[in-house]
Amino acid sequence: MWAVDVLNKNNIINKLIPVPRDLSSDCGYCVEIESDSILEAEEVLKREIIEFDRIIEL
Amino acid sequence: MTKISRLKNNTIYFDNSATSFPKPPAVVDSVVEYMTHVGANPGRSGHRLAAEAGNIVFQARKTISEFFGVKSPMNVIFSSNATDSLNLSVKGVLCQDDHVITSSLEHNSVIRPLKMLEEKGIINITILQGNDIGIISESELDAAKKNNTKAVIINHMSNVTGIVQPVKEIGKWCKKNNLIFILDCAQSAGIIPVDLKADNIDMIAFAGHKGLYGPTGTGGLIISDSFDVKKMSPLKEGGTGSMSDKTVQPNFLPDMYESGTLNVAGIAGLAKGIEFLNNMPEKLKSVQLHKNTLQKYFIEKAFKRIGGFKSYSAPSGLGVVSFTIDGLSVSEITRKLSDDFDIMARQGLHCSPLAHKRIGTFPEGTVRFSFSVFNTITEVDTALEALKMIRDGK
Repeated sequence: MWAVDVLNKNNIINKLIPVPRDLSSDCGYCVEIESDSILEAEEVLKREIIEFDRIIEL
Repeated sequence: MTKISRLKNNTIYFDNSATSFPKPPAVVDSVVEYMTHVGANPGRSGHRLAAEAGNIVFQARKTISEFFGVKSPMNVIFSSNATDSLNLSVKGVLCQDDHVITSSLEHNSVIRPLKMLEEKGIINITILQGNDIGIISESELDAAKKNNTKAVIINHMSNVTGIVQPVKEIGKWCKKNNLIFILDCAQSAGIIPVDLKADNIDMIAFAGHKGLYGPTGTGGLIISDSFDVKKMSPLKEGGTGSMSDKTVQPNFLPDMYESGTLNVAGIAGLAKGIEFLNNMPEKLKSVQLHKNTLQKYFIEKAFKRIGGFKSYSAPSGLGVVSFTIDGLSVSEITRKLSDDFDIMARQGLHCSPLAHKRIGTFPEGTVRFSFSVFNTITEVDTALEALKMIRDGK
């Protein structure tokens, strides 16, 4: 949720989706972003010190 | 939407230190909104409503972290109340042969978990008596410190007398001595500003349902950005919605300490309670001014009008007044206040036997009036008249 909050503030289009089962065992969700936004999203999240597991291209 | 949770007729509620009532309308509305239109479990599923519930919880974390001067919203751990949070901090931080320093004004929410650990032979406790009103000093802390002292746990604002401890000085002393500083803000949150970073506090326990005007069943523990979470074990383990393939507890905040489904309805209300305070003209200054006006007015008039009135709180306080009336038992006073005048007040020891021993009112206790921002001078006048009639046997 923190990540979504920060991505929204930086106008990076995103969507919360259920975590694909082949990626993680988490019961919850992950954030889907456009592949063009990956670098920018990574930079923004790191700047805000938001820990994330990994970014995977689907 | 729901209208304000009004008090019936002319009921006067002076028991806000136990829990505040009434609540701001937005608090009630947000609880109803969640219960009516969202209802899902945050962090457990990937559907839209679960995400909405997750967002409610996250926004509340953000509001709370900003309110208490913590950078990361993830350092806000939700619990059921201040007692819950204090149990986590006490039992999570203290280990075999640790020594802890606390004060004579502690609530049972601190002293009972400490005593439990002491009786099991795990820790040793030093209880500082403080000055004539219980305020502790640096020299007292110096004298109490031992080689195995690990933490200092202090009640910020007494729920019996309203006395406020010098947090900044204690925080500075703890930092200098490399000790963990745990602050019980059950009474002070929403009245006295607290900044974990500026005041060198490692963690604060707060109740969401008192001065923050949230629903009952809300509270939390806020950990400073610099505190190493490896120093605190979880009190409970279980489902967190994260790392579900692992049979061991996650080691990151807040999941590490938040097993089980959260009280989302309560948390939604709590966030609105804090927003209500943030929207006051001068934020907590307005709260302090209002509560002090009522307290000063009540104490000064009571001394003049009610024979045998004794106050254990200073007129300069922030809305907590403990008093007795010579010749009348405290339970008789509160029973008559409730039955004959519809005025709600609390009598007895207020779950703080140490504090009552410190001020010399143990075991009878006192009557306590605790004001909220919704109380008025007119209500105080009504209570003064009621106390005079009770005193005069009318």
